[in-house]
Amino acid sequence: MSAQKLDLSLYGVLVAAGILVPLLAPAFTSQMAILWLMVLMAVTWDMTGGQMGYNSLGNIAFFGIGMYASAVVQIGIVYDVAEYTAAFGAIKVDFTVEQYWTGLLLGIGFGGVVATVFALIIGPFMLGLRGPYFAIGTLGLAVAVAELVSGWSYVGGGSGISMPVFPGEAASGSQVFYVLLFVLAILAHVVIRAIYKTRFGLAINAIRDDEDKAEAMGIHTTRYKVTAWMVPAFFMGMAGAVFGNMSGFIEPLEVAFPTATFGIFMVAMALLGGKGTVWGPVLGAILFHIVKEVTWTHLLGWQWVALGAIIIINIVYFQQGILGWAQDRWPSLFGVTVDEKTTRTGQAEAAK
Amino acid sequence: MSGSLIEVRGVSKSFGGVVANKEVSIDVAEGGITGLIGPNGSGKTTLFNSIVGYHPIDEGSIKFKGQEISRLRVPDIARLGLLRTFQQTRIYSKMDCMKNMLISVSHRDEGLGSMFGSMHDRETEAFAEELLEFVGLYQKRFLIAGELSFGQQKLLEFAMALMNRPKVLLLDEPTAGINPTLINGLIDRLKRANEQFGITLFVIEHNMRVIMNLADRISCLAHGELLATGTPDEVQNDPRVVEAYLGAH
Repeated sequence: MSAQKLDLSLYGVLVAAGILVPLLAPAFTSQMAILWLMVLMAVTWDMTGGQMGYNSLGNIAFFGIGMYASAVVQIGIVYDVAEYTAAFGAIKVDFTVEQYWTGLLLGIGFGGVVATVFALIIGPFMLGLRGPYFAIGTLGLAVAVAELVSGWSYVGGGSGISMPVFPGEAASGSQVFYVLLFVLAILAHVVIRAIYKTRFGLAINAIRDDEDKAEAMGIHTTRYKVTAWMVPAFFMGMAGAVFGNMSGFIEPLEVAFPTATFGIFMVAMALLGGKGTVWGPVLGAILFHIVKEVTWTHLLGWQWVALGAIIIINIVYFQQGILGWAQDRWPSLFGVTVDEKTTRTGQAEAAK
Repeated sequence: MSGSLIEVRGVSKSFGGVVANKEVSIDVAEGGITGLIGPNGSGKTTLFNSIVGYHPIDEGSIKFKGQEISRLRVPDIARLGLLRTFQQTRIYSKMDCMKNMLISVSHRDEGLGSMFGSMHDRETEAFAEELLEFVGLYQKRFLIAGELSFGQQKLLEFAMALMNRPKVLLLDEPTAGINPTLINGLIDRLKRANEQFGITLFVIEHNMRVIMNLADRISCLAHGELLATGTPDEVQNDPRVVEAYLGAH
């Protein structure tokens, strides 16, 4: 089908950009790494927020939980975590190259798993809330988790943890983290797109449109809702683990649980591109990141005003986002058509 | 007709001081079409809501195939094969008709794995198309359901209910808001659903012509109490029913 071809060529463009830009313009590598992180955030947020209609403002909690889980694992396989954090970075642990890589890979996996389990435990309670209550509840959740971590001395509390140092040159380190975020973002999109094509996609769309009806039709709504939060949690947890290592130092408020920046950006990006569409969040993330970086460079001092203005215009005048608007404007391109045949067998209703 | 599929016994339900149902007992015969009539506010929809588990009942018992269901939750009851449509038509308004149909399959024996099962097996799609053709919406199957007219949405909701292959279908005013020409077609389809698919129907209806044509037994509620039960002729000629409808209190 042509839709499939279009998707394939879009993946081709993304992969080509992901490989070529850091090769041709190495100065942009860290910018691009953040871009992939934002793509991942917007795409995964959209599963719960766009496709299922549960606007979570707390997905950043999974990011931070994954980050801390990986830190504990990476340090824990070599050293006692409590002693390490109690010394506030005074202890320099030399990780062998092998220990570093084992720890990193284990940490990323563990970050994803811990965040997913967290979503599984908290999901049935949080997802009982609907509409604005869910949004506020999840925002509260993210803030609460950040506060709890700040007060937990085992993981260093508010003063954070120094992550293991990358063995080798700093430049090759940033390339490694770039590749990890790039692969994760593409993987997240491929997996999520595949999931939407199954019964799961239809079920969460049904929950978005009318949850009471879905229940009355016998759909296992809780099961679907919690899973639609666990999938984003898994990817957010892994992304958090990578981002923590990329930052080198993690602490609760700015790095692990940036509720007011990334926590809001992921929602804004999905809304900008068109929530509930497969490619909208990707488009939104790319545009948003470009605008963010351009205003940071050329409108310093006004960058927050510019981003705020985009969000306001988006929400007041343009709620369906770019792809949502295109879908309303040219419905037939998106498969919304009247079939000329009136019956399955194809006989046009000529007689009557 | 072999016995009762749904047995409602002495069901009472009140909201604060308002008694919506008082000791109502109704049987829905297997394979038949049972009608439920009564003036506005007589507690018909409340009774439907009680049966499908939308709210707990105060007293009484509701049995489906001999199993007590008055304490089960809505989706659990739906998965037993007892389905309802809504008075205010409810469809998945942002999905196209075909997707509305595909997600309406029965979720009776669904394990965790089937959450990610494919929705595109030919058999399911063919059945969905067949039902859409049955209600006359085949042409519009790729249109967004929310953009259909009200009457068409009602037909779609009916087709979605059939897609689920229920044992019993509780229809809350299936003809409300549908134009008179279409009503005849709908009666015909309801009867065919009953005969061809073997679905027991339990119908709330205000349109007397429709319900007298359709049902083989009718119960009448007034002020939350069961007034009369019988064949359409008996109910039609019952002075208490006439009085309740004409409001000669």
